[in-house]
Amino acid sequence: MSRVSVLQIISFFIYLLYQVLILQNVVLFHTAFCFLYVAYLLVLPVETNPLALMGIGFIMGFAVDMFYDSLGLHAFACVLIMYLRNYWLNNLTPQGGYDSNDTPSLALNGLQWFVVYATPLVLLHHGVLFFTEAGGFDLFWFTLWKIITSTIFTLLVILIAQFLFPSHRPR
Amino acid sequence: MERLILFVYQNRAFFTFLVLEIFCAWLIVENNAYQGSKFFNSSTGVVAAMNNLSQRVRDYFQLSEVNMMLAEENALLKQTLEQRRQQVYPSNATVLRDSVFNKHYDFISAKVVNNHVDFVKNFITIDKGKDAGIEPGMAVISPLGVVGKVKLVSRHYGVVTSILHIDVMVSAVLKRTEHFGTIQWDGLDPNLVEFKYIPRHVDPVVGDSVVTSGYNAIFPEGIMIGIIDEVKLSDEALFYDLKVKLSQDFRKLSFVAVVRNHRQQEQDSLEQVIIKPER
Repeated sequence: MSRVSVLQIISFFIYLLYQVLILQNVVLFHTAFCFLYVAYLLVLPVETNPLALMGIGFIMGFAVDMFYDSLGLHAFACVLIMYLRNYWLNNLTPQGGYDSNDTPSLALNGLQWFVVYATPLVLLHHGVLFFTEAGGFDLFWFTLWKIITSTIFTLLVILIAQFLFPSHRPR
Repeated sequence: MERLILFVYQNRAFFTFLVLEIFCAWLIVENNAYQGSKFFNSSTGVVAAMNNLSQRVRDYFQLSEVNMMLAEENALLKQTLEQRRQQVYPSNATVLRDSVFNKHYDFISAKVVNNHVDFVKNFITIDKGKDAGIEPGMAVISPLGVVGKVKLVSRHYGVVTSILHIDVMVSAVLKRTEHFGTIQWDGLDPNLVEFKYIPRHVDPVVGDSVVTSGYNAIFPEGIMIGIIDEVKLSDEALFYDLKVKLSQDFRKLSFVAVVRNHRQQEQDSLEQVIIKPER
């Protein structure tokens, strides 16, 4: 158990550093952002206490915010998807339910399940993030376009990362 | 009371959620204020050091362009120096001796360590702070044009509100006709800003230069902002819709100068005296 949490802490920093040192500079066509760090929050073990989930989401969002000079924005979006995550997971329970220590990752339930699981959460995260950042709906269509392109980009990168580094293969 | 506590305990996830979200919302509002939050931003020690590191890598990709820009600026400065040298002074007595003349603006050079252009509210982090004499509210320019205003500073780093921030307004002048208006970004294209409040009777054309007006005691007068890219005038509008192409490409920003106006306080306090009785 403690080995798992040590791994979790290490991957927290890997995701964070990768986000702020490298992906911060990657913006396609001035509209498509990549927030890969969301993947870390999505694949936290199913059994994690909801309070801990929100706490981790807040810390992650807050840390990213410090680099992006957007205090509170990412933290707000992260806490929101972390709160909704478990409800969403319960709706998507695979046949036979989850085992303890399962992580809701691509390796667990396959590509289709993972896309269905991740897409709404990523879309919600980006939606809240960009609309809060724009300070309302003045630039509605442009912001919506940003949200859609960023969601596609982020999802693609998350999937690639999941294929490259499968977390906890089921045995 | 017991029931209340039980209720809160049973819904602890929801209440934690609520508390965290309210806290975040408070942070967002606080950060949007002009001076922003003091502690957690990209000028904080570790964060700034890491941004610095990543900028050092990025610097290599921009080296040749930065070099070219500096060489061009050097040439321009040499040219003005040469012109000055050749000017004929009637007598040496008129050469500026008063220290008041010499000490109007100071320029503090700084390096950009973090820069965004694709958000709606963009900020730039620079590697000079309180120790270099930088204070919130100072103007930031680059060799090619206006960059922004200092928002907050730590000891060694500063955060600058970029001109690409939808709430920032800069007083500007149409150089050819000397009509003044306001520059503000619309949040869409990081190359174009809007130039507002130019009345109907003026005749701006594509290619006109727009420079700072120097009316607000922050930016020195005559700093280049950009050239007019698009002129539109709808039939019932009072003012033109002008798009200005920024002369500084913000994606390639690497060195900037912070402007310290030694007479800002004097100008501001003098203007304050006039503004007060009018209210």
